[in-house]
Amino acid sequence: MSKGSNLKVLLNGIIKENPILVLLLGTCPTLGTTSSALNGLGMGLATTFVLVSSNVAISMLKNIIPDKVRIPAFVVVIAAFVTVVEMVMQAYVPALYESLGLFIPLIVVNCILLGRAEAYAAKNTVFKSFLDGLGMGVGFTLALTVLGSAREILGTGKVFSMTVFPETYGMLLFVLAPGAFIALAYLIAVFNKLRKA
Amino acid sequence: MAKLESNFKNMVLVLTSITLFAAMALGSVYKLTKEPIAASKKAKQENAIKEVLPPFDRLDEVEVVNIEGLEDPFYVNKAYMGDEFVGAAVQSYSKSAFSGEIKVMVGFDKDGNIFNYSVLEQKETPGLGTKMVDWFKTEKGNQDIRGLNGATNNLTVSKAGGEVDAITAATISSKAFLESVRFAYSAYSQNYDGLTGATSTNDTVSIAATNEGGQNHE
Repeated sequence: MSKGSNLKVLLNGIIKENPILVLLLGTCPTLGTTSSALNGLGMGLATTFVLVSSNVAISMLKNIIPDKVRIPAFVVVIAAFVTVVEMVMQAYVPALYESLGLFIPLIVVNCILLGRAEAYAAKNTVFKSFLDGLGMGVGFTLALTVLGSAREILGTGKVFSMTVFPETYGMLLFVLAPGAFIALAYLIAVFNKLRKA
Repeated sequence: MAKLESNFKNMVLVLTSITLFAAMALGSVYKLTKEPIAASKKAKQENAIKEVLPPFDRLDEVEVVNIEGLEDPFYVNKAYMGDEFVGAAVQSYSKSAFSGEIKVMVGFDKDGNIFNYSVLEQKETPGLGTKMVDWFKTEKGNQDIRGLNGATNNLTVSKAGGEVDAITAATISSKAFLESVRFAYSAYSQNYDGLTGATSTNDTVSIAATNEGGQNHE
């Protein structure tokens, strides 16, 4: 296995098959949690942790899980990691836990996780699955952070709570749900233009 | 290693052991995080109390107050400096907000004047209702509620004949917020009886009256 192919696996999730901007997986938490850059980043990191851990665990377990029960087995593994993240966040970053709220337990049903488990981790080695999880997670985090920053700047004139321009000039729409759709659509359009160029 | 065959025995065995293992792992994480979670919740509560009251060095046990006609209880934290009563922080709520319930901590000094408040929980519209977090403690027009007295000032929005300016474009959120402040005062005054000698029946009646008044305007 050459180094090049490992790098390719890692970059795959960030650029070529970015879960949000190319595969369009997990758009629900994307739209819901990106009202600010910090929320987007927090959600991205939480998902990355679950994605990496569940990919590794599932890749290790892939041979002892009979095919017919693989989906429930994957879901149990994913749900266990999500609950760990939830409890740890509640204990050490309560403010972030509160602002993400319901979206943390909902990581369980985020299709990126089951998608990667099924499409990648169940067929590849532990190390490659780790890289795939990391790449996908970083891609997800970047997309969420960029989207969150864009919405926060346009909506409130701040980014990571630092003021760029006075809030009175902000377009409130971008902090609300419709703005999420508009911003995501433009982000996807720009990303795909650049990706193909 | 070849993949295990999907027969009944294997499936039951594998799923059961994975579930058991996950349960054990979660149990141990729960044990590890139980104390930090409790501590962070407590710290948040204490910070909120500190924020809304004049300096104090001792808190009484939390007193649970029920107001007739309202479902959930209110929590009154009395604060003392030495032996002197300096005020009480009341955890209050309102269910008539624009989206979901709001929870606030309102601090009253010993004369029943609002010292400060802190919004603990709200799900209002970002940029509109969420402004309640500091709108009512900003000195501008009549929007500042600090220093107003729960008994003598009319704590409703000016549109409804009150003395407080509502948040621009968020009248429902403002009304709900002020409702929670009124509730807080009635919980406070009931609890404060022993100290002032005021009769609680009068207080309850007057609060009930203001509430009805508020509702009529809506």
